[in-house]
Amino acid sequence: MSDVNLVIIDRDGDKHQVLAPTDMAMNLMEIIKSYELAPEGTIGICGGMAMCASCHCYITSNHILSDMQEEEEAMLSESFNVKENSRLSCQISITKELEGLVFELAPE
Amino acid sequence: MIKTDILIIGAGPTGLFTVFEAGLLKLKCHLIDALPQAGGQCSEIYPKKPIYDIPGFPEILAGDLTNNLLEQCKQFKPGFTLGERAEKITKGKNGIFTVVTNKGTKHQAPVVAIAGGLGSFEPRKPILENISFYEEKGVEYIIKDPEIYRDKKVVIAGGGDSALDWSIFLANINAKVILVHRRNEFRGALDSVEKVRELKNKDKIKIITPGQVTELRGKNKLESIIITKDKIDTEYKIDHFIPLFGLSPKLGPISNWGLEIEKNAIKVDTFDYQTNIKGIFAIGDVNTYPGKLKLILCGFHEATLMCQSAYKIINPGKKNIFRYTTVSGIDGFDGTRKEAKKAVVQTIND
Repeated sequence: MSDVNLVIIDRDGDKHQVLAPTDMAMNLMEIIKSYELAPEGTIGICGGMAMCASCHCYITSNHILSDMQEEEEAMLSESFNVKENSRLSCQISITKELEGLVFELAPE
Repeated sequence: MIKTDILIIGAGPTGLFTVFEAGLLKLKCHLIDALPQAGGQCSEIYPKKPIYDIPGFPEILAGDLTNNLLEQCKQFKPGFTLGERAEKITKGKNGIFTVVTNKGTKHQAPVVAIAGGLGSFEPRKPILENISFYEEKGVEYIIKDPEIYRDKKVVIAGGGDSALDWSIFLANINAKVILVHRRNEFRGALDSVEKVRELKNKDKIKIITPGQVTELRGKNKLESIIITKDKIDTEYKIDHFIPLFGLSPKLGPISNWGLEIEKNAIKVDTFDYQTNIKGIFAIGDVNTYPGKLKLILCGFHEATLMCQSAYKIINPGKKNIFRYTTVSGIDGFDGTRKEAKKAVVQTIND
């Protein structure tokens, strides 16, 4: 088993403790979708290309994440409700370093 | 009143391929789309991105796929109502549906195929107090008629292709353009960035980066805006403010059509992708059924099967037989004919 534990706070403020595989090349947006923690059509609209910001989230734990690439930075610069800890969840791959990560979905 | 056999709502890949499959059965199609161009997400969100799972195409750009689909269906002369959103549907006693758009355009057809993807694309609106008050009073999210900006003072906000392209276009028709973006870098085609730079050097466009529109002012219509840069607010007298922050899809009015909805998608019977209302089908990303995958190739399959049932509704009792295009060729509604070359039979030995 190569799963990590994540805590996802949905758009209603509800907390969900979930297990995410590290060996399926999945990203955080895909985990949110697979657990159906945001209504279909409100998350991952572009499929995960950093082109829509529908998977915008706030990282609230102190994990050190991979740096933002150009595309993510550009998309966030055009998004709303952006904070210091904003990321596009589709751009964060699930690795074992994410064990215990807590993040919150930004408003739609 | 526009009359057709199959009224397709959504001109994305699935909608366009429906025109082709319907054409093979001699059924005519008309498409409605909220966007000003065909192609759906493929042309609006990622035209320059490759797709790797279209059968027969190891790699194809989404924009090229759209162009190919348009080319493939053009012999069946589809009609288009673009830039309008399908709003209301009614069913007459004769079983014919009437669909009216937000601009009042009326369409009639015995079969309606909803190929609406994730819904119609609505502009993403910046969070600014009173912005809704100024809508159509100086604030526009979509440029419909560029001529109204000629010689006017216009502020465009955004950092993508549309912000760059419209800044160039409007500067060239003598609008006084201020382009505001939250960061110094723009995310657009290189030549667009280069053109904007040139226009800036010629004082045709003023660029404010990193800057943000933070307030809108005006009594009855938009008269000025506040742009904040380096924590300093500056007021600019303007005629128009055009925020271009992309579009996001909303299922919208379709969700009130009495169709069975599950998880923001329309439930269908996998026999022919018909909805709970006879004569209304849902195909492509907009539908849901056990095992559904939102893939373009699944949309193509669904469109093909759907057309068979549409034929039976439109031509009750009329015989038809499924044929391969290689065998039958294709007779376009424009008088063209495509067919396989006949084999040449010759003897080699005298």
